[in-house]
Amino acid sequence: MLEQAAFTVFAAGAVLCALIVITRRNLVYSAVFLVACFCCIAGLYALMNAQFLAAAQVIVYAGAVMVLFIFVIMLLRADSTQAGAEVINFQWILGPLFAAALLFQIVGVVKSFSTTAPLGEFSPEAVAAAGNVETVGTVLFTQYIYPFELIAVLLLSAMLGAVVLAKRKI
Amino acid sequence: MTVSLNSYLLLSAALFLIGVTGVLTRRNALIIFMSIEIMLNAANLALVAFAQSLHSMEGQIIVFFVMTVAAAEVAVGLAIIIGIYRRHETVNVDEINLMKW
Repeated sequence: MLEQAAFTVFAAGAVLCALIVITRRNLVYSAVFLVACFCCIAGLYALMNAQFLAAAQVIVYAGAVMVLFIFVIMLLRADSTQAGAEVINFQWILGPLFAAALLFQIVGVVKSFSTTAPLGEFSPEAVAAAGNVETVGTVLFTQYIYPFELIAVLLLSAMLGAVVLAKRKI
Repeated sequence: MTVSLNSYLLLSAALFLIGVTGVLTRRNALIIFMSIEIMLNAANLALVAFAQSLHSMEGQIIVFFVMTVAAAEVAVGLAIIIGIYRRHETVNVDEINLMKW
């Protein structure tokens, strides 16, 4: 029952914060509510026994990605209150309409959904015996060692690309 | 899990579609970028929900990699937006139409 209540709180918080993000005229408000949305999603990860991902979500998304966003928002002074601000046009009607239609379809699919796949070996008891972080680490460094090293190369190239793209003179 | 898989999937769908609405509706490049991050998080949520429901660890590992790729993408994308702003003095995507025929 506590789990159900916590799920309701975090889910409502995430959806509400996401709605506020896409509707604000002031960019800083959007950024701050996006941070709140990420923290609600981190709470949901913790509910789903993914504690490592909850911590990583707060550190990476709410801590690093959103700081980058706020840096760029302050750097560019790209408020919607400037000239060239957004006007209400037909996109404001068609966009939510398409999204509502797609949501209707997805709800129809999910309602008649039932998984009959065979369960893996990482049941909550087995994971809780060793701890979630240790289990993630074991799987990551044994089964997924190649993607792990490739991700390191990807991060290096992304860092180089960002520095080169943002420099004034190369 | 006392909260059913379907609840998590519906929440993930709702978040994803809120992100889609943001991308389709808003004209500011930074808000579009934030909506893309909402979409990525919705997909991560679905992956972790399945990982919990099927007693697997792959879902969480995939989310780990998706988070890393998303962080790299945000860095490069914001650098591109800074470059665009230097050239055009605007981040309104309606006015960045040099390549439009």
